[in-house]
Amino acid sequence: MDELRPVTTICYYDLGGKLHQMACKVTTVPFRGTKEQEEKLLAVIAELRDTPGALMPIMQRAQDIYGYLPIEVQTIIADQMNVPLEKIYGIATFYAQFALAPKGEYRISVCLGTACYVKGSQPVYDKISELLGIKEGECTPDGKFSLESCRCVGACGLAPVMMINDDVYGRLVPDMIPDILKKYE
Amino acid sequence: MHNISIQELEAIRDKMAPHINFRHEEMIGKMDDNYRIHVCVCGGTGCTSSGSETLIKVLNEELEKNGLTDQVQIVKTGCFGLCALGPIMIVHPEGSFYSRVTPEMIPEIVKEHLVGGKPVTKYLYKETVTENGTIGYDQTHFYAKQNRVALRNCGRISPEKIDEYIGTNGYFALKKVLTEMKPEDVIQVLLDSGLRGRGGAGFPTGLKWKFARAYDNDQKYVCCNADEGDPGAFMDRSVLEGDPHVVLEAMTIAGYTIGASQGYIYVRAEYPIAVKRLQIAIEQAHEYGLLGDNILGTGFKFDIGLRLGAGAFVCGEETALMTSIEGNRGEPRPRPPFPAEKGLFQKPSILNNVETWANIPQIILKGAAWFASMGTEKSKGTKVFALGGKINNTGLVEIPMGTTLREVIEEIGGGIPNGKKFKAAQTGGPSGGCIPAEHFDVPIDYDNLIAIGSMMGSGGLIVMDEDNCMVDIAKFFLQFTVDESCGKCTPCRIGTKRLLEMLERITKGQGKLEDLDKMEELCYYIKANALCGLGQTAPNPVLSTLRYFRDEYIAHVVDKRCPAGVCKDLLKFVVDKEKCVGCGLCMRNCPAGAITRTEYVAPGHKLASVEIDPDKCVKCGVCMGNCKFKAISKQ
Repeated sequence: MDELRPVTTICYYDLGGKLHQMACKVTTVPFRGTKEQEEKLLAVIAELRDTPGALMPIMQRAQDIYGYLPIEVQTIIADQMNVPLEKIYGIATFYAQFALAPKGEYRISVCLGTACYVKGSQPVYDKISELLGIKEGECTPDGKFSLESCRCVGACGLAPVMMINDDVYGRLVPDMIPDILKKYE
Repeated sequence: MHNISIQELEAIRDKMAPHINFRHEEMIGKMDDNYRIHVCVCGGTGCTSSGSETLIKVLNEELEKNGLTDQVQIVKTGCFGLCALGPIMIVHPEGSFYSRVTPEMIPEIVKEHLVGGKPVTKYLYKETVTENGTIGYDQTHFYAKQNRVALRNCGRISPEKIDEYIGTNGYFALKKVLTEMKPEDVIQVLLDSGLRGRGGAGFPTGLKWKFARAYDNDQKYVCCNADEGDPGAFMDRSVLEGDPHVVLEAMTIAGYTIGASQGYIYVRAEYPIAVKRLQIAIEQAHEYGLLGDNILGTGFKFDIGLRLGAGAFVCGEETALMTSIEGNRGEPRPRPPFPAEKGLFQKPSILNNVETWANIPQIILKGAAWFASMGTEKSKGTKVFALGGKINNTGLVEIPMGTTLREVIEEIGGGIPNGKKFKAAQTGGPSGGCIPAEHFDVPIDYDNLIAIGSMMGSGGLIVMDEDNCMVDIAKFFLQFTVDESCGKCTPCRIGTKRLLEMLERITKGQGKLEDLDKMEELCYYIKANALCGLGQTAPNPVLSTLRYFRDEYIAHVVDKRCPAGVCKDLLKFVVDKEKCVGCGLCMRNCPAGAITRTEYVAPGHKLASVEIDPDKCVKCGVCMGNCKFKAISKQ
C-alpha cells in the first residue's frame, strides 16, 4: 500500500529547448503507458489545441485515456502545448477529479454531502474504510478497491448514497456494506 | 438539415402541442397518431439510480407481448421532483401516479391498467388512492401547493427530443425577441419582472445584462453556471436533465441582448446524465439552425460550447468559473473590474445560473407583469428548493417566493419521519445558516433569509431533527470550506482552518468558553476580508448555530456533553444493569474487548449483567445495535 502513496521528487522538463526542474509529488507506481495511449493523447491534443481554454479539456481526455494523470502524461501535455510543467501540475493538483495516482479497479465513492451526512453517511464511509483497511484516496494493495468521499451526486432522495464505478447504492446502513463489497470480490 | 424558418417552427409546435397537452391539463387540438396512453417514466439521476432504465426495458417488452406498441407511447422524461418515491411512473391521460415501481410490477400494470383500463391501486402512491377513487399526481399535497415555472417541463417532455420542447412554445421566446424586440426592450422586461439571480446572491438579472450591454467590444460572452456545488442542491441538474433546451434558448436571447455571439455552459462533471442531454440538445439545436449562423433566418448568429468542471466548489464563484473556462486553476479574481466589463478572456461577459435561465423564456412570452405578480415585494417569481435530510418527501419543489418554511416542510414535505422533533432547516449550503423552529413562519425570500442569518443560496433545504448535533453540523460545513478553499487569500485559507480547529476542540470536549467569543470575532474578520463569496460566507454556518444554538455549544464546552449524542468523544455507552439479562451477545461482538461481566444479577434474571470499560470503549455502537433488550444506551 505504501508504494501507492505519493512521494516528493524532482522532475525535469524541456521548455523551448532549455531543461527546467520542478519539485512535485508523484506516485511510485511505475508508469505503464502504451504507445497506443500516447498516440490517442497526441490526437486529442492536435484536435483541441486551438480551442480557447484547451488545457482543462485536454487533461480531462488524457485522464480518460490513462485512468489517471501521472507526471509522465503531464509532461507530454506540457511539451506539446509548450507551457511550463508547473502550470499543468498546478491545474492537476487544484481540481479534485484529477488523480495523480492510479485508482482501484472498483472506485468506491461515498457521498458526504449535507443531505447524505445528516442521514448517516459518515458511519457508512467508516465501515468501508474499516473493512478494506484503506483511507481517503487510497487503494487496496491488490489494486481492487479505492475509496474516496464525494460531495453530492444529486441523488439526495436515496440518501445516504455511494457509487462503485457507475453503480449507485442508496438508502445505505453500515450493515449492508459487507454484502455489497462481496459482489465485487 | 437546413436552418428552419419561423413558419416551420410554428408547424412543429402545432403538430407537437397536442401530444404535450395530453400529458397535462386539458386536451387541445388533435394528435396525429394513435397513441391513446402516454407512460412517462422519470429518467432523472435519482430515478435512474433506483432503476428506471430497467423499467423502460421491461415496459417495452410487455407492450410488445400485448400488442400495444402502437397505442401506448413511453416517454423518458426529466425529474418529477418527488425523488423519495422513485422510480416514478405516471400514466396519462389520467395522471395515475405509480411510485417505487419495480420491474416485477410492470406485467400486472400493463395487463390491468394499459389493457384493462383499471389502475392497479396497490402500486399507486398511497396519497392518490382515496375513498372516491384515484386522483392524479398533480392533486397530491406535494404538487398541489407548487407553482412550477422553472421546472414546468421537467417530467412532462422528453428532454432528448427538440420537437417536444418546441411543442411547449419552446424557442418562441427567442422568435419573439429576434423579430419583435430591441435589446433594450428585453432588458426592460427583465428589470420590470424583478427577476433576481437564482444562484444565491440575488443580483437583479436585468441590471447585469444592462451593464454588459453598455460596454463596447468586438467580442462578448454569455456564460451559464451549471457548476452546482452546494451539497444537497440539485435543481440545476434537474433542469438540465429534464429541459436542456430552455437554457440554450435563454442564453441565445442573452446573446442577442448584450451583443455576444458565443456562450459557454460550465457544468459539473459529476452530472453525467445532464452533460449527455446538453450535448444532445446542442446538436439538435444546430440541426435546426437554432444555434449557429442566421438563426430563424434573422441573420443573428450565436453558438454555445460545453465545458466540464473537475470538482472544485470555488468554481461556482463567477470569476473563478471564468478563470476555469480559460483553462487555469479556478481561482477567483478581485472585483472590480466586474465581469460585465472584463470577464471571460478579458471580454465583457454575463454569467447566470441555470434556474435563472429557465425562467427567462417564460418571462418574455408571458410578460413582466405575470412574473412580478408572484412572490414578495422584493423577491419576485418562484424558487426551486431541494428538500433533503430528515424529511418524508425528499425531492424538488418549486414554490412562490414568500411561502413559509412551515408550509414547505410540513405540508409539501410531509413532515419529519419517525415522529422526531424538528430542530433546524439549513439553507444556502456551506454559505448559509441554520434556521430554528422559532422562524418557522417567516416568508422565504432573499432579504428575510439574510435577516435571520442564513441566505437563499442555490436552494438546498436540509431538514435536521433532534438527533443532529448543531456543533457537528457547523464543523461539517467548515471541513467542507477548508477542503474547498482555493488558498489564494489568507483570511479564507488560514482563517477557516483556525475556525475548524476550534470546532474540533469543542466536539472533543477540550473547548473553553472564551473560544466561543474568539470564534465569533474570527468569523467577522473572515467575512470582512476574504476575497470572494466562498470565504465571505464560509463563517455563516458557525455564526448562525452560535446565534440560535449557543446552549448546545455550552453543553459541549462546560458539561462536556453532546445533547444529540453525535460527537463520539463526548459519548459514553452505559449498561442498564436492571435490564441486562446477561446473554453476553455484546461481549462477543465488542471489537475492543471493553465489555466484562459483573457480579450483579438483576432480580428476575439468571445471569450476571455486564459493564463497559469507558477507557477501552471505541464507541462504535455495535453493542447497542445488537442488544435485544435495549439495555445499552449512549449518554
